[in-house]
Amino acid sequence: MNAIIVSALLGVVMMFSGIIFKNRAVHSAIAVVGLLVLLAANLLNSYGIWVIRFDTFQLFNFEQFGMYFTSIAIAATLVYVLLSGKAIEKTSQYSAEYYALIFFVLCGVSILSGFNSLLMLFLGIEILTIPLYILTGADKRNLKSNEASLKYFLMGCFSTGIMLMGITLIYGATGSFIMGESKSLASSALIPKTSFLEIAGMILLFVSMCFKVSAAPFHFWTPDVYDGAPSVFTSFMATIVKAAGFIAFIRLFDQHTELLGPTWKLLLAFVIIATLLVGNITAVFQQSVKRMLSYSSIAQAGFMLFALYSANDLAREGILLYAVAYSLATIGIFAVLIKMKDYTFEGFNGLAQTQPVLAFSTAICLLSLAGIPLTAGFFAKYYMLASVVKAGGALWLVIVAVLFAAVSAYYYFRVIQSMYFKDGEPETEGVTGGFKLGLLLVAALVILFGIFPSLVLNWFYF
Amino acid sequence: MIPVSLILIPLITGLLAFFLKGTTAAKNWALLSSVITLAVAVAGIYFLPAKHLSYDAAWLPALGSRFSLVTDGMGKMLVLLTTVSFPVILIATAKNDYKQPASFYALLLLSQTGLLGVFLAADALVFYFFWELALIPVYFLCSFWGGEKRIAVTFKFFVYTFIGSLLMLAGILYLYFQSADQSFALQSFYHIKLTATQENVIFWLFFIAFAIKMPVFPFHTWQPDAYEQSPTAVTMIMSGIMVKMGIFALIRWLLPVFPHASQQFAHLIIIFSVIGMLYASLIAIRQDDIKRLIAYSSIAHIGLMCAAVFAHNATGMEGVMVQMFNHGINVIGLWIVADAIEQQLGTRKFTDLGGLAQKAPVLAILLAVMAFANIALPLTNAFIGEFLMFNGLFQYNVWIMAVAGISIILAAVYTLNMVQKVLYGNTTVVTENATEISGNVQWMLVVLAVMIIALGVYPQPLIDLTKDTVQAILANR
Repeated sequence: MNAIIVSALLGVVMMFSGIIFKNRAVHSAIAVVGLLVLLAANLLNSYGIWVIRFDTFQLFNFEQFGMYFTSIAIAATLVYVLLSGKAIEKTSQYSAEYYALIFFVLCGVSILSGFNSLLMLFLGIEILTIPLYILTGADKRNLKSNEASLKYFLMGCFSTGIMLMGITLIYGATGSFIMGESKSLASSALIPKTSFLEIAGMILLFVSMCFKVSAAPFHFWTPDVYDGAPSVFTSFMATIVKAAGFIAFIRLFDQHTELLGPTWKLLLAFVIIATLLVGNITAVFQQSVKRMLSYSSIAQAGFMLFALYSANDLAREGILLYAVAYSLATIGIFAVLIKMKDYTFEGFNGLAQTQPVLAFSTAICLLSLAGIPLTAGFFAKYYMLASVVKAGGALWLVIVAVLFAAVSAYYYFRVIQSMYFKDGEPETEGVTGGFKLGLLLVAALVILFGIFPSLVLNWFYF
Repeated sequence: MIPVSLILIPLITGLLAFFLKGTTAAKNWALLSSVITLAVAVAGIYFLPAKHLSYDAAWLPALGSRFSLVTDGMGKMLVLLTTVSFPVILIATAKNDYKQPASFYALLLLSQTGLLGVFLAADALVFYFFWELALIPVYFLCSFWGGEKRIAVTFKFFVYTFIGSLLMLAGILYLYFQSADQSFALQSFYHIKLTATQENVIFWLFFIAFAIKMPVFPFHTWQPDAYEQSPTAVTMIMSGIMVKMGIFALIRWLLPVFPHASQQFAHLIIIFSVIGMLYASLIAIRQDDIKRLIAYSSIAHIGLMCAAVFAHNATGMEGVMVQMFNHGINVIGLWIVADAIEQQLGTRKFTDLGGLAQKAPVLAILLAVMAFANIALPLTNAFIGEFLMFNGLFQYNVWIMAVAGISIILAAVYTLNMVQKVLYGNTTVVTENATEISGNVQWMLVVLAVMIIALGVYPQPLIDLTKDTVQAILANR
């Protein structure tokens, strides 16, 4: 509960600070302090030291898993603001408003990681996405940014509509918005069989969640939106927001899967393979690193969907680790990308000569995304695959996944090849010593979690 | 503690080497590190009590993986090969200049870490880590310092091996959940009971990874290009030591874990290996480039080793052990010669070379020794190994051995052809002003030649060293 209230308040604080302070650096400083406060509040909640408590009428169910994810999301946002705060200030004069929107997004994240009722799911998704529509269109003189914003808005509305329809059907079938209650009703003697309405509702919910996490074949909005949005906000959307979508997805379907029976696994396997296929194969053909990263985010979503497929303890640990590894690496790469003048692969040529620190950290982050051992990304993928093997009966799916992981190495390594093995005069701007230090810290964390993933996971069992 | 220090010395010195300034400093630092590693290895294997040869520490308790290292006979032999090769390679190529020398030597040392880790690992996850760690520095070395086509060629090599290792990872995960105590330890993998179908499927996940690394026909296509385009010091590491990772992994991880499947598929794999031997030998005859010739000849030799492993009898297995070490030495010797010629004359083409024996008699003698070892002439070290391996194949199946034996003749054809075209005949425009090779290179070639002849006359130390592994593998059947 702490995180929801504090983040909402901090959002308001940020809006007012926009009126009071005209210096944009102050806005960033306030945001950093605010994030620290928010993180502390959430940690206090997790440890049960100081909790804002009131009766939520079963709308919320704060469990360790969700609260821990909220901490991860806040910490990732902190890293993001520290690395890319300057870029947010540069986007336009309304930097305080952007920070306010980011805090509102975090409020949505906290709701999504704690919801117990489908109504709260709906609210969380809306609170999460509405600020993003604005952030996507932040570069308002840029036609691409406007297009992206409008596209995102339309697709978002569309999928939210589907979600509402699903919720309505489930309510009609079970008479309750509370997750888990429907199951007990269905298995009771009064209604011997699961009603058709409920299954239809679940499938609609599934489709709308696939939209939100950009799983194929519902991914078409992703590349355009990620490409059109200002890079600094793409970084936020592709990492923290996407991971939050997955947490909601998992919390929603973890206990419901048996309702759908074996068909569920088949449906999910189809979506996973389609997502891996579309994401990886299309990424291979991209000319722009930014667009490649949007397709790679689809491909990574395919991997994260494994957590849903196996739905066991390893999957829950794995999705947390995946969220950390993927967010860290992507935030690191985007932070470098923002400093580049030219977003194509050629624009990165020779970066290792002119900016060795930038090239090195980008390389580590890319290796992590590709899942090379000694980086956090390896254990993220490892947990996903292990959870599927543990669930049993789907070794073929694991083999398909590792083949696609090998494909992903192709496009991640293209950037490394450009930076290290090709000559060129890459243009960068605004690279300061502090920025380099931050990047090195991110790279160090990626390697540290790659050797000792338990550093992330042990916190989960505090 | 010995295995840990073997891994830590190159790791730490390698990481520090990134920060060195100047070519000489980097070279000396790398040489110093490799000599220390060699000293530690020799001391640990021959002089210290055996209890120092294994190490075990908690790493990921939640996953059931421990950082455990063990040194058996085969491990000792390959550790010796690795630690001996590195100083030899470093000294023999000391005259070569590289841009960004600090990074070059740092990456070399890191690849040594990976190699030693693979040979020592007693835990599947640790093994997998080092397996990849050996690959990444080599990828950067070849792509940065290699020839013209280096980026595409090295990337092909990388993708091939990466697909292999990912398939292996899927296999490792599967075995992990089948193991009785949910652990990655080598010993629990040895005791896994699988059904026939499970064995047959998982066997291939592992075998493909190892087959790509060795490489065995039809997974070899990355190899000649990669060897040709890499800087020669790296080629030496790849063909002298890295390919042994594949053979080693067969014996350490594949045969004992999948006894039935490896028996069942032995025939198929041996036939493919023999096809590869003949095919590579025939291509080698047609080559016009020293490096490519050695690359194809290497495929042929590895094919024989792979076939002998799957013949699964004592003679063949002993032969593999002996030959793993000997092939490493011989092929490094050949690469040193190739590199010396290329550095001095700027070409590797036979058409440009000729008559070098008149200009550089010492080089000629040493190249002849290496060439004879490559053909496995008696009194050279390779003779013992190849004889034992063919003997093992003979016991397995006479006809297969007869066909495989053709490769001995083909090896003589292409190797002697190379010797003739490089050393004899009239001098050409290129070789007219050739001079004798430098002192460093000479000395290293002499060291290798002495080892070749010494082990050719008296191979018993190698056989004794690896006896326990051979017995353990055959007892496991």
